[in-house]
Order: sequence, then C-alpha cells, then structure tokens
Amino acid sequence: MRSAHRPDYGAQMSEPLLQAVNLQCERDKRILFRELSFTILPGTVTRVEGPNGSGKTTLLRMLAGLNDAWAGELNWCGSPIANQREVFLRNMLYLGHRPGIKPLLTPMENLRALMAGRRPVSDAVLRQALQGTGLAGFEDVPCRNLSAGQQRRVALARLLIADEPLWLLDEVFTAIDADGVAALEALLQQRAAEGGAVLVTTHHDLALPGMQRLTLGAGGVSDER
Amino acid sequence: MNAEVRPVIPLARSSVGALAAMKGVFSRDMKVAFRQRQDLLNPLLFFIMVVTLFPLGVSPEASFLREAGAGILWVAALLSVLLSLDHLFRHDFDDGTLEQLVLQPQPLFLLILAKTMAHWMLTGLPLVILTPVLGVMVHLDGNSIAVLCLTLLIGTPVLSLIGAIGAALTLGLRSAGVLLSLLIIPLYIPVLIFGTGTVAAAAEGASVGAYLALMGAFLMLALTLAPFAAAAALRISLSNG
Repeated sequence: MRSAHRPDYGAQMSEPLLQAVNLQCERDKRILFRELSFTILPGTVTRVEGPNGSGKTTLLRMLAGLNDAWAGELNWCGSPIANQREVFLRNMLYLGHRPGIKPLLTPMENLRALMAGRRPVSDAVLRQALQGTGLAGFEDVPCRNLSAGQQRRVALARLLIADEPLWLLDEVFTAIDADGVAALEALLQQRAAEGGAVLVTTHHDLALPGMQRLTLGAGGVSDER
Repeated sequence: MNAEVRPVIPLARSSVGALAAMKGVFSRDMKVAFRQRQDLLNPLLFFIMVVTLFPLGVSPEASFLREAGAGILWVAALLSVLLSLDHLFRHDFDDGTLEQLVLQPQPLFLLILAKTMAHWMLTGLPLVILTPVLGVMVHLDGNSIAVLCLTLLIGTPVLSLIGAIGAALTLGLRSAGVLLSLLIIPLYIPVLIFGTGTVAAAAEGASVGAYLALMGAFLMLALTLAPFAAAAALRISLSNG
C-alpha cells in the first residue's frame, strides 16, 4: 500500500525530485495506465519500459505538462506541480520525438533560440556543446542539409549545457549511430553521478548500472522498484 | 539505512526574463521567415492580384473605383492575412519547437504575443506599406489613402491577434483551412465594417476621430485578451497531439 505522504528517507538522503501518486491516464477511451505511483530521486536513471502503445510517450508528456488528460497527483520537491509551474519548467528539460529543431536555421541559431528562454549562454559554450556531440564543422550549416541523426544531435547538444536537474527524454536514441549511443549512455550515467535525475524511454537495449525500470504494460502497470 | 550522501544538482530559482524570452521568439521567427522569402511574398502577391483584378472584372470607371476602392483594399488585406494564418503555428508544431515554446518557464501568452507580433510585421505591415500605391490605382484621393493606411495600421494587428486564436484551435486538425476561416471570419467582420466605415466617413468630409477611437479599442481588446485565448487553445491542441 502506498501512501500519499512523502516517505522519510532520513536527513542524509536526498529528497525526491518528482513524485507521482495514483496516476491514471485515458486516451481515446482506453485506459493506458492506472494507479501508477513512483518516485524519482536525484542521481537516478529510470527507464520507462513497455510495448508500443503502452503509454510511455504519454507518460513523459504528462510529466512535462504537455498532456492534461490525466488524474492523480504529481509533486515536484514535495508540493503539487500545478502550484509551481514556472519553477518546475525551469528545472525540467524535455526532449520529445520531434527534436524542436528548425530546418531553416543553423545548429548554432537553433541552440541559441532554444536557450534564449532558459538562461543566457555564450556562443563559445554553444559551439563547444555542438562540437561535443560531433557536429564540429556543421555549426553554421542549415539544419535541413544535415542528416536525421545529425539533427537529433543538435537537440542532444542541449544536454551538454543543461543545468536542469530533471531530464525527460523520449526516444533519444533514435537515428543515433553506435558511437553516439555510447557517448549518450555515458552522459546519462555521468549525469546521474552528478545528482541529476533522468527518465528515458527507448527501444534501444539500454542497461546502465543502477538503472531503475518503470514498466508499463498493456494490461496493467507494475512498478518494479 | 543507506548512509551515502548523494550529490544534488541545485535547483535553478531564476530564469531569463519574459522580455528577453519574447525577443528570442521574435527574432527566431523573423530569421526563419527571411530564410523562406517566397512564403513572405505570397500574401503580398495575393493582395496585389485581388486589387488589380477588381477594375478588370467589375468596372474600370474612376467613379466606381473611388467608391469601392477602400472596401476592395480592406477585403483583400483581410483575406491575405487569413491566407497566412495557417503557417503561424503549423511549422513549429510539426518540428517540435512549439512543444519547447510551451515548456519555457515564461508565461505562454507573452511568448505567443511575440510570435503574433512577428506574424504582423511579416504580413500585415507590408500590406499597409503597399496600400498607398494600390490606393492611387483605385483613384482614392490623398486624404482617403492616409485614413485607409491608418485604419489598416490599427486593424491588421487585430486580424493577426484574432487569427492566432483560430490557428491555435485548429492546430491538431489535418485539414484546418476551412474550419479556420469559418471560425475567424465572423470575428473579422466588425473590424472590416469599422475599417471601411472610417474611410467612407473621411471621403464625406466627416470627422473620423470616433471611428479611429473605436478601432483603437478593438486593438486594445485583442492585444489584452487574444494572447490568453490563443495560449489556452494551444495547450489543448498540444494535449491532443
């Protein structure tokens, strides 16, 4: 039996960043999941698993606040997200199926525009982030001339300069080559070691040490943690 | 009890101010538009074509054109703004930048206001600038042209702002064009009536102050309410998408 109260982790343990209590979501008159409860602590990577259509993307969109059709309770640092929307948005980074990259703009311009609403970042830092994702030499090429994988890498460059403690990553491994996947896995692990929390959905065979799993099923939900 | 102390990434308390964020949205939209200039020309060409076809199709008589000219220009401007509305959010929706816009920590209605301002600068303002030339073509006198430009200057931002609500509402639909027109045209009618009414009053030599004040009131109303409505509509559309 889970209670809505925050569990006592003791003073030395970190507080949960995100807490979901009895989430239920319906889509097209079909219940995707119900009585889904979980806690996201700092320093963890959680993989959301389940077959196609089990609601992985919907869950992540829900957590990000892009989807309103749900019931239950969502807490950020102990109090409901709805009461502190701006604080939550500032501390959460969401990367969806659609990478949020304008094909007509260059990677630099795209990254600059995406950071413009978050925090001031110098061009040198942006350039470094793009080089870090293997886009050296492509910084000023319009994104429509880049491959699908390269366009995704532009979006992933945000992860290298992100200061948000919570990352919600939906199918980020799509269209990324083997080297890129390895680098991304290392990045997620490093992020967890630094104290960040990552929720990731993927069909790629992701297995990081200490990774948590949150399994959504076709027939019901089991929370294995 | 686990005694290890986990490192914690400190929570960010402050974010970029709303004004700076609006500037970011505005400049991105401008940049994207100028990389795709043929899209910018579309509403302008439509405007010019409708206005030039009227004398050919109905009557080239100066007396007719002088009387109908302001109405023709207003209707053409209204339709060409309507034509450009579908693009306001559509591309952003398709490539995912709209999701990121909604997830910015600043109030969404301000960001939408910035987008709408960019839309007006790219469609409404060029129409206003072109109006004197086309006004001369339909034999309007100098005073009428000045008043017509003024009404369009006040009126076209209203068209963009109201249009943003419709564009946001119909975003999730595959064929939004017809529905968008049906939703928006009734809301455009008052603006059209007062816009052409002002020019008619000016042509008769009457005072236009009251008309312009009313149009200014339309603009204020749209400026303060439309971004909120569009923001709410956008959230609904994204929630279903």
